[in-house]
Formats: sequence, structure tokens, C-alpha cells
Amino acid sequence: MNTNDTHSPGGAAAGSLSEYLLGLSLSVILTAVPFAVVMSGTLGETLSIILILLCAIGQVMVQLVFFLHMNTSSQQMWNSVSGIFVVLLVVILIVGSLWIMQHLNHNMLMGH
Amino acid sequence: MANMVLKAPRPGYTGYVEQEHHHDYGGDTVFGFWIYILSDCVLFATLFAVFAVLQSNFAGTIQAKDLFELDYVLAETALLLASSFTFGLAVLSANKKSMAGLVVWLGITFALGAGFLYMEINEFIHFTHEGAAAWSSGAWSAFYGLIGTHGLHVFAGMLWMLVLFGLLFKEGLSDNNIVRLMCLSLFWHFLDIIWICVFSFVYLMGVL
Repeated sequence: MNTNDTHSPGGAAAGSLSEYLLGLSLSVILTAVPFAVVMSGTLGETLSIILILLCAIGQVMVQLVFFLHMNTSSQQMWNSVSGIFVVLLVVILIVGSLWIMQHLNHNMLMGH
Repeated sequence: MANMVLKAPRPGYTGYVEQEHHHDYGGDTVFGFWIYILSDCVLFATLFAVFAVLQSNFAGTIQAKDLFELDYVLAETALLLASSFTFGLAVLSANKKSMAGLVVWLGITFALGAGFLYMEINEFIHFTHEGAAAWSSGAWSAFYGLIGTHGLHVFAGMLWMLVLFGLLFKEGLSDNNIVRLMCLSLFWHFLDIIWICVFSFVYLMGVL
């Protein structure tokens, strides 16, 4: 009757061993690939950067799903909504800083 | 309908609501802690932004490219990832009400965290000897600011584990302790996620 009994507090579903093992294996792969690429230096710089970015985003997603058990259930809606809001803040913060500082460099140093 | 007769109330009926709906205070605590984690995310975002802006301002000091050793960073990464996994196993033990399992896995997590921190401090000492100190140049200040803040968080997580050990031995697997464990679990997994960004953006892209 009380569904809260089968869940940990905060709506964070209790994971299972297979979930953690899958998360660990995916994380190992997504760590090994970018390290191998950069250490061997086989790919060019641009391709390497794209690969590092993709693996990083992938591993963050993997850990959010398999270690932090985030999902789209209504019990976790506030967790997800606040998380998405913070992702927006982070993007504005980082992209905005880089944008402003690049213009500043351009106008102050690279000018006449 | 005026002549409708009400049935006699069941025995013991008082007319009051006796069983209030159970309020999930523990859940509120974990959600509040999640909000703290998100604000910590913004803190790290500012440090990443500072690093991104200053990362090439070496001002004549030794360059990151000449100093970073990727196999060393890979070992640090492995330690932290393994500790994130063992923390998951600790939570699984707690869910199974296994105090022994919880203490063992939490102890292993603590050891792995300590190993990570030892390697990081070692690296800082090595870099400082090579002429890349926190006060050498803008790029190195940003490097130590970012990585050092992550390291401080790991240290705080380890202190928290020690306190939790004490509380576990005192109170056992009480509801309060489970809530504390859940908050620490969020914190520890969050630190691993930050480290993914650190090794990707600072170390891997730093040597390219």
C-alpha cells in the first residue's frame, strides 16, 4: 500500500547490483576510450576533442542514470526539473564567460 | 430523504482521522541536499569557466603539456570511479539491512578516496617543485583552484564517512542514518561526475 516503503528517501530508487555493474562497465569503457585516443595520439586534434566531449557527456549521463538513479518518474520530477535548470545556469555561466573574455581579448590585446 | 436512518458506526469509531498520512521527512532532507549539490555544481561551473579563460596564460612558467602525466591521472580516475562503485555496494548493503556489508564497503570507499587524495597531493607537490606552483601564473592558479576545490570536497566526504561510522556504531541502521547515507551517496557520486569533467577538460584537452 505505502509505496515509500520500497524506495529510499527522496524518491531515489534503490538500485540493484546489476545496475551498478552495468554503470561501472560503461564508465570504464567511456574512460578508457578517450585516454587511449589521447595517449596514442592516433586521431587528429579536432577529432580527439570531439571524442573526449562525447565520452564525457556519455559518462556523466551513465553515472546519473546508473549511480544516482535519475529517471523520469513523477516521484523524481522535482529532482529532474531543478537539475535541468542548473544545467541551463551552468551553460550560460561557462559559454557566457568564454564569449565575453574572448571579445575582451580581441579588443584589448589583439587590437592595434 | 428525511427519514433515512444512518447505520451505527463501527466499534471504536471516534469521528476523527486517526491515521495521518505519513509524511516523508527523510525524502525532504535528501531533496534539500540535492538542491545543495546543484548549487555546488554552479560553484564548480565558475571554477571551470575561470580555468577555461586562463588556461593558456602561463606567463613564461612551465606549460601544462610538459607536466601532465596521463597514466598518473588514469590511476587517480580509476581509484575515484572504483570508490563510486563501492559506495553503491554500501548503499545496497544498507538496503538489505546488512550492517557488516555497509561498514566493509564504506571502509573500502574511504580507503579508495584516501588513495585518490594521496595521489592528488603528491601530484601538487611534484608540480610545485617543477615550477608550476599555485602562485606562478594565471593558468596554474586556475588549475589549483579547480582541482584543489574538488580535492577539498573529497576530503570533506571522507570526514563525513568517519562521522557516519561513529553514528552507525552508536545508532545502528536507524532511519536518520539511512537518510545521512543517502545524502553522502549523492555527494560522493557527484564528486565522481565532477572528476569526469576534470580529466576530460583539464588533463586530456590540456595535453592535446
